Amino acid sequence: MGDHHHGPAKGLSRWLFTTNHKDIGTMYLWFSFAMFLLGGTFAMIIRAELFQPGMQLVEPAFFNQMTTLHGLVMVFGAIMPSFVGLANWLIPMMIGAPDMALPRLNNWSFWILPPAFLLLASTLFMEGGAPAAGWTFYAPLSTTYAAPSVTIFIFCIHILGLSSIMGSINIIATVMNMRAPGMSYMKMPLFVWTWLITAFLLVAVMPVLAGAVTMMLMDVHFGTSFFSAAGGGDPVLFQHIFWFFGHPEVYIIILPAFGVVSQIIPAFSRKPLFGYDSMVYATAAIAFLSFIVWAHHMYTVGMPVAGELFFMYATMLIAVPTGVKVFNWVTTMFRGSLSFEAPMLFAVAFIILFTIGGFSGLMLAIAPADFQYHDTYFVVAHFHYVLVPGAIFGIFASAYFWLPKWTGHMYDETLAKTHFWLSFIGMNLAFFPMHFLGLAGMPRRIPDYALQFADFNMVSSIGAFMFGVSQLLFLFIVVKCVRGGEKATAKPWDGAEGLEWTVPSPAPYHTFSTPPEVK
Amino acid sequence: MSLNNLKRLLACAAGVLATLPGLALAAGGEKNALNMPVGVTDVGRSIFDLHMIILWICVAIGALVFGVMFYSIIYHRKSRGVKPAQFHESTKVEIAWTVVPFLILITMAVPATSTLLDIYDFDDAEMDVLVTGYQWKWKYEYLAEEGENVAFFSNLSTPQSEIYNTDDKNDNYLLEVDEPLVIPVDTKVRFLVTANDVIHSWWVPELAVKKDAIPGFINETWTRANEIGTYRGQCAELCGKDHGFMPIVVEVVSKEDYAAWLGEKQEQAAKVKELMAQTFTLDELMERGKAVYARNCLACHGARGEGGVGTAIAGSAIATGDIGGHLNIGINGVPGTAMQAFGGQLNDVDLAAVITYQRNAFGNNMGDLVQPIDVFNYKQG
Repeated sequence: MGDHHHGPAKGLSRWLFTTNHKDIGTMYLWFSFAMFLLGGTFAMIIRAELFQPGMQLVEPAFFNQMTTLHGLVMVFGAIMPSFVGLANWLIPMMIGAPDMALPRLNNWSFWILPPAFLLLASTLFMEGGAPAAGWTFYAPLSTTYAAPSVTIFIFCIHILGLSSIMGSINIIATVMNMRAPGMSYMKMPLFVWTWLITAFLLVAVMPVLAGAVTMMLMDVHFGTSFFSAAGGGDPVLFQHIFWFFGHPEVYIIILPAFGVVSQIIPAFSRKPLFGYDSMVYATAAIAFLSFIVWAHHMYTVGMPVAGELFFMYATMLIAVPTGVKVFNWVTTMFRGSLSFEAPMLFAVAFIILFTIGGFSGLMLAIAPADFQYHDTYFVVAHFHYVLVPGAIFGIFASAYFWLPKWTGHMYDETLAKTHFWLSFIGMNLAFFPMHFLGLAGMPRRIPDYALQFADFNMVSSIGAFMFGVSQLLFLFIVVKCVRGGEKATAKPWDGAEGLEWTVPSPAPYHTFSTPPEVK
Repeated sequence: MSLNNLKRLLACAAGVLATLPGLALAAGGEKNALNMPVGVTDVGRSIFDLHMIILWICVAIGALVFGVMFYSIIYHRKSRGVKPAQFHESTKVEIAWTVVPFLILITMAVPATSTLLDIYDFDDAEMDVLVTGYQWKWKYEYLAEEGENVAFFSNLSTPQSEIYNTDDKNDNYLLEVDEPLVIPVDTKVRFLVTANDVIHSWWVPELAVKKDAIPGFINETWTRANEIGTYRGQCAELCGKDHGFMPIVVEVVSKEDYAAWLGEKQEQAAKVKELMAQTFTLDELMERGKAVYARNCLACHGARGEGGVGTAIAGSAIATGDIGGHLNIGINGVPGTAMQAFGGQLNDVDLAAVITYQRNAFGNNMGDLVQPIDVFNYKQG
């Protein structure tokens, strides 16, 4: 063995050829933030058009491209890669491993992402425009009736799937093989647990999505009729396959955030997590249930009543393990000694707002009621309540919690709290009125609306602009923290637990070259 | 136990639960409505009750959970000098908060199942209407047991000038059509729902009906409106560019009015048959063609034939070329594109008129004209 403590290479080649989990984690995080701003820009265009009734800024066809790209970029470009970035940075340090199990694969799974999104963004400039069938791209709107860019889009999805599968295999291999002596499964931090389960979900469902888009490719270019009744196929088949991927996908997006919150709440409550074992079992139960509820997205397609009942009951069951998690978090806070630094603020907001999203999810699970909610703004409100204060707030909480470890500096607490309150108020202003809009009958994915919806849409747009602008403050805070600030100790949070806090801040380029002893 | 007995039992259980608060915050269609409309059907009423029961259960659970949380946030702060407790597990508590929510879910599932079984009871419909979704309009066809089938398209009637903000918007902005669906009150109407191109979804909130219209398949759903009135809805499934511009308007009228209306429509259908045998002048065809164009072609081909989603008609090789080629496109469409086959959508008079219009408007002064008989002959091959 050579020098154990050699530093990073110099210049661009450091980033191009790196196999270091911290470098790759950093690249994932910056890339996902760039995508967050891009997807956010699309959202701003959507909300600007919806600020008032009537068509003002964009044409309906372009509006559909915006809703489609907003969804795709946020799900595949912003949220998923940011959690992979967190996994890269944190999992080896949390389990006492020197690096990821498959470092070259790790480099590759990151570096195929930027070209894929460059291609996707380039479709905006193609003849016929970008994909416009929504992020769920139902056939035949996305096949027979799609612009030529659908072929490029299919290629992008294949690349993104490849990246996710490689990343997941790497995480599974790392967690199973590289734990420090004494780090048994039931001693792993919950972030590691939730990511392990997420990785299995990803490996299971990304190939299903790949199958769906390959069938689309065949329908578009090779004369097959998987999704066309005229040739013996079925458009609803697409929806079954898509949601068999799509429902586990929403848990892929949220489970790592559950893990993060399960570590931050105890740290700032200065009290151990309540019900560690039940948290693990609940996560596994949610992951299992996520495979048998997909058709609750399709109550109106005309399934037989037996199918409706099965999917309704199975979906309602998800409330049980999800409830267990919420009860555990709240009980962890109960009789703790709480303080409210930025990570804790985001984590507490996560619990409250995610629970509200969970409630509307339970309402949507009720098939007869869903006949009224389906494809309205009520659904838009629901999934933004689970994704924005769920996944995104989870990511913000993690960023503030571990920034001192990553950069060696404390972030500016006052600015961070400002960022929290602006995001919190903006997000609620943007998405809460959408519940009312949906109940009153506004369908989703429309570029213009009837007059009775005008006021709430305006409120929602104002909230969205506020939320959007606040994220530039986040960028400023992070850059400021990277460039300098109060020196962080190895363990800047007095209640924090875990191996990552036993190494200095900033974490050296190589950590745990010799495995730590876990008791 | 038979299905009916089971349903009755479930309905009783639902009734008991429905006595829980049934607060309606606002009726539908109103400005800034906060809640779902109760609507004018029994199914709509039970869906609304279900919605309110679940909402209030969620509110109660939320109050409890957030109550404990805010209590901790206020009283268990480090700044108050609180020393943290160290308890971190209790199997009994975990079992309790697994079992209790499960029981609550069962009380929700009972009325939900009952309502769902009602919605799926398609028996004993008194009349059938075939609803077909097109990009971007609806077609309604009354499947008559005797006499002519009545069929017509229902298009958005909001003018472009209101959409593009040059005129003030009227009260029914984007929720108005040239010809609404008309159904009788207190009658179980079964809708057979399908689509011609992509997936659409036929939704009228106050009739508590939403069903996807899927090309190549026929879905069924039904309603029985208890009150006369006008009810408005929209397409609920993204179906392309003008998804936001294909509303649904349903007029629920008295049974007598309905019979009179249907008779009139059947007479009209007979009259169109007569017209098909006539020969028209260029001016007559142009006038009729202009209206047909505005309803069917304008969205894609533009008000001045300048194109858009569709190709330009002004100066196009088809509109200024052989009449046979023009008829072919109009009747058969272009498969795999948004250009639909209008042969089955428009009657021969309207097709003749619109093709004549396209050949003589927008500077395409071809001077030739197409008569209904030409369309008829072309269709016959």
